Order: sequence, then structure tokens, then C-alpha cells
Amino acid sequence: MVASAIPVTTDASRWRLARATVLLLLVGALAVTTLLSLRIGALGLSTSDTVAALFQYDPDSYEQTVVRSLRLPRTLIGLGAGAALAVSGAVMQAATRNPLAGPSILGVSSGASFAVVSAIYFLGISTPSGYVWFAFVGAAAASLLVYGIASAGRGGATPVKLALSGVIVSALLASWSTALLLLDQETLDRARFWSAGSLAGRPLDIFWTVSPFLVLGLAGALLMSRQLNVMSMGEDTAKALGLHTGRVRLVSALLVVMMTGAAVAAAGPIGFVGLAVPHIVRVVSGPDYRWVLAYCLVVGPTLLLGADIMGRLVVRPAELQVGIITAFCGAPFLIVIARRRRVAGL
Amino acid sequence: MSAASEARAHPPLRTVRAGGVSFRLNLRTLGLVGLAAAALFALAAWSLTLGSFPIPLEGVLRAVLGRGSEDHEFIVRTLRLPRLLSALMVGAALAMSGAIFQGLVRNPLVSPDIIGINQGATLVAVFWIVTGQGRTTLAPVAFAGAVAAALAVYLLSWRGGVAPNRLVLVGIGLNAALAAGTTYLLVRFPIEQVGAAVAWSAGSVYASTWSDVTTLGAALAILTPAAMVLMWHLRILQFGDDTATSLGLPVEATRLTLVLVGCGFSAIAVGLAGPIGFVALMVPHVARMLAGAMTASVLVLTALLGAIMLLASDVVGQYFLPVTLPVGVITAVVGAPYFLFLLYRSNVRL
Repeated sequence: MVASAIPVTTDASRWRLARATVLLLLVGALAVTTLLSLRIGALGLSTSDTVAALFQYDPDSYEQTVVRSLRLPRTLIGLGAGAALAVSGAVMQAATRNPLAGPSILGVSSGASFAVVSAIYFLGISTPSGYVWFAFVGAAAASLLVYGIASAGRGGATPVKLALSGVIVSALLASWSTALLLLDQETLDRARFWSAGSLAGRPLDIFWTVSPFLVLGLAGALLMSRQLNVMSMGEDTAKALGLHTGRVRLVSALLVVMMTGAAVAAAGPIGFVGLAVPHIVRVVSGPDYRWVLAYCLVVGPTLLLGADIMGRLVVRPAELQVGIITAFCGAPFLIVIARRRRVAGL
Repeated sequence: MSAASEARAHPPLRTVRAGGVSFRLNLRTLGLVGLAAAALFALAAWSLTLGSFPIPLEGVLRAVLGRGSEDHEFIVRTLRLPRLLSALMVGAALAMSGAIFQGLVRNPLVSPDIIGINQGATLVAVFWIVTGQGRTTLAPVAFAGAVAAALAVYLLSWRGGVAPNRLVLVGIGLNAALAAGTTYLLVRFPIEQVGAAVAWSAGSVYASTWSDVTTLGAALAILTPAAMVLMWHLRILQFGDDTATSLGLPVEATRLTLVLVGCGFSAIAVGLAGPIGFVALMVPHVARMLAGAMTASVLVLTALLGAIMLLASDVVGQYFLPVTLPVGVITAVVGAPYFLFLLYRSNVRL
């Protein structure tokens, strides 16, 4: 390339190489975390048993059965949910140009929670598999309502209107959930464990139910990264550059609904991954969304599985719900980042 | 809200000069304040007539003045009036706290609910309830939790000054950590205790006593004038730190005072009534839509609207539903549709 003779371009390509190298290292970290997630738990396993359970499954081995029936579903759901939450957080932050945006800005968690609480209260449903579709539909309905209200008035779905209607609808749904929980203690008893957010005790078919949405959403988000780059320059600039900003926001919202709906349906409302991971990632990846999304795709699952592993270790042989751990660990991270960098520049 | 504010580009201002003091009065805002006060008074009087033992309006007024029958006086003065006054003052405190924080951070989505103050109170109070500590100490303990959380947010976001955006992010971080702590307590302890804790954290003015009213009244008597004076500084602060500094405003000191007053409002409310959401977020928006940018007089309007909202919600939750629900559940159910309608209709100034 002729341009490579110019020093600036050399810097740029070196920068690109550095980012690619770090990404590769992070993929390695993800692989290690996945293996650990299959190995570690109330029953300690050897690496050889774990690997054997995956590739040369022996149904008579108790250890291998544990891996197959308990650890594998949990790990897969963790991988999917982590990637979906982190990527959709980044997409929301770009599309709304609000550094505080996360999947919850569309009311996803509260919509899913409300649907699940209603399912328990009115229909007496009590298994994670029974919750899946309620959670998904609740999440999707809430976010469509949020988006519909935000885009109905004058000026369309501007970032601030979107955020405002999200906050309001969330508050509304959360208080309805609270009302149902106060009316019936049994509902509260069941719902409190679901709404802590956990990867444990989910059968593998939950993962298969939600995986089409995960795959579609993630693929769509990665394809959108260029548009998101333009979006993040600001509404006016994006329009001047010929981007149909309303359409991009709508598509981003639909992708986010698919991803977070699937994640919350499988694992319950896990906060903070969607908000924090993009911020953490940007320290290394820079503001380019092609890199931000790729990093989120890798770092999100690593952190979620890491948090889940930590939850299995801290109060052994009992477990802490992963949603509790992500918040406990993510919060200091966010505080450190908020103190270190300017959080503008989205 | 640009269209509405353009219509108000030349508000009916009147300059008042009295001796060495002169100030401008916005007659429109003054009118709105009068209307809100009248509505509040009517609502309050009506709410005192309601209950399992209905008392006619005349009987209520007599009882309040101490000239009613013995039964009426007991019901009105011992049972209904403390709850009414608590609801009014909690609503006013929450609304003013929201107005201060939204102005301070220049972000319309900020309210003390999301930067950890409510969660600080909730975590401590839930711990207090699930471990079976005494109910009498609950309010002071929750207040301490709110203050500690506010202090932690302020100190953690201090870095040679407190940038508003940093304050929000740090607050959200702390909020999440505290909420996780609460969730942990809720899944860890037996359901009997957890039920009581969830009921507290829904937010309610049920069982308010005269001593609560005194506490709230004293706090508001100190904080409200301070907040009204600070509104003037807040408006200068909103020009940006550089402009404010060059106008001679001690930026960090002003910000600290604003944070202290805002947290004071919110901590006293959440300590006594639990984390009642939505009022702090919504009421300042409504006040600004009605009356324009936040000034001392608009702050008074905000306080009145907050009181109306909380009282109305409490009345609805108490008397007009098949089951009794705490006011914190109702504020959202009453407020959200209205706010969504406003959002749909107008270009909200944000």
C-alpha cells in the first residue's frame, strides 16, 4: 500500500494489530473460563473428565453425567446471555447516544419480571422452562410499548424520549409486580429466586429455545456496526452523512429486544453486564463500534461465566445467584472507570 | 416543550420594589402555585372524610380545629391527620429532591432513586427487618443508610471536583451494588421475614405518627428555604462550570450544598416512608412543563405537586381499590400513564 509510507497510517495499522492481538488473548481467556465453568462446582472434577464428557461421553460415569446434564446447559446459557447482554448494551449506547443506556432502558427486565410474576400468580407456573416464553413475550411487549410511545409523538423516537419512556414503563411494570408480590407470599417465594438472575437449574432445551433469537440478534448487531459508528457521531452529522437515523434506531431496538429477551428468558434479569461491559471494553478497543461489538461478544460471556464460577465458590457448597455477583463485581469496575476517563465520547 | 416555552417567552413579570429589596414576580407561576395550593387543600380535606368510618366534611373541619365530637377528634387527629401530613411532606420532599438533582446533573432521567440513595436506605432497612431488629429504630437506621450512600457517592465521585456525569455513573454503580446486596438478603432469609421487608421496600406512609410528622416538618422547615435560595445558584451553575466560575460562583461549594440539600430531602423521606419511586423523577418534569425553567417559585410549585401526587396516590391505594396497596405501588400506576401521555403529546423540554 502506498499509504503505508505515511507515519500516521503506520500508527493506525499498528493500533489495529494491537487491538486484534488483545482480542485474540481475550478469546483465549474465554476458552479457559468456559472450561473452568464446566469443571468447577459443588462437585470438583478433573479436566480429563470434563473433556471426556464433551467428546467421548460415557453415560455410566457420574462425573460426566454431571457435566452433561448440569454444567453444560448452564455454561451454554451463560455464554449466550453474556454475549447478548454485552452486545445489546453497546448497541443501545450507540443508538441512543446515552452512556447510561443498557438493555434495561427498553424496559426489558421489568417486562420479563412482570410477565413471570403474573404467570406464577395467575397460572401457578413454577419451573424455569415454564417461564421462558412468558419472560420473552414480557420483555418484547414492554420494549415495543416503550418504543411505540417514544416514537409516537412529534419528532419520533429521539434518544431522550426513548430513555424517558423506558424509565417510566419500567417503573410502572415494577410496581405492578410489587403489588402482586405483596398480595401473595407464595408468589414472592418463587419469584424472588427467578428475579435474582441465575444460570443454575436450567435444562438444555431452554438454551435451544432461545438460541435462534440469540444468533439472529448477534449477527444483526455485528452487521450494523458501521451504521452505529455513524450514529455515534450525533444525530445531525449522521443525517448529513445520509444515514436514515430513525430506521437505524428501529432496527437496533428490534435487535436489542431479540437478544435481551432471549437472555432474560433463559437466565432471568441479570443487570449490569449490558451497561458495564461496553464501558470496560472501550478502554482497550477505542470508540470504533466494529471493535467494540467484537470485544463485547468475547468479554461479555467471559465476565458472566466468571461471575457464575465465583458464585459457586464464595459460599460453597451453596451458591450465589450470578445476577448478584455481576452487580457486586461490575459496580466497582464502573466506578473506577467513571473516575478514570471522561465518559463522554460515545 | 419548545413550543410551549416560546409562548412563554414574555411571561407576565412584575417587578416588586420594597425598600432596599426588589425582585421580579412571575404572575403565571404565582397563579399556578395558588391553584395547586387550593387543589391540595381541597384534596386533603376530602381525604380526611374518607375511611371505614366516614365523617362529613364539616365534622372533619371541626375535629381538626379541636371542636368536634370526641370520636371524630380521635379518628381525625390521631389516626388520619398524621398520615395525611406525612404523605404531603414526603411527597414535597421527594419532588424537591428530584428537582435539585435533575438540575444539578442536567440530565432529566436522574432522580435520587437511581443514584443509590434509596437503595442505601433499602439495604439497611431490609437487613434490619429480615434479621428481626426492632421496628422503632427502623426509620433512623434507614435514614442513616440513605445518608451513608449519598456520602459514598459524593466521595467516590470526587476527583478534584465533582463532575455531574461522574456523579451519576458512580451513583448507578453504587446503586447496583447495594441492590445486589438487597437481593442477596431477599433470597437468603426465610420467606416470612422477606415478605415484611418487601412490604417496607414498596414504600408506604401507613402507620405514620405525630413524631414522624414533627421530624418531617422540622427537616422541611430547614431544607426548603435553603433549596429556594439555591435555585438561583443552580441556574448559574447550569451555564456550565466555566461561566459559573467567571461569574464568581464557588462551583464546588455550591454543588456540595446542593447535593447535601437534595440528599437531605430524599433521605428524610425514604427513612420515614420507604423508597417511594417515581415522584422525584416525574413531578419536576410536570412542574417545568407547566411553569418553565426551575426557579424558587417553580420549586414551590414542584413541592405542592409532589404533595398532591403522593396524597392522591395514598387515597387511591387506601380506599379505591379492591385490596389496600402501599402508596409506592400507586405512585407509579397513577403517574406513569399521565407522564407517558405528556411525553406522547408534547416536545418535552429536557
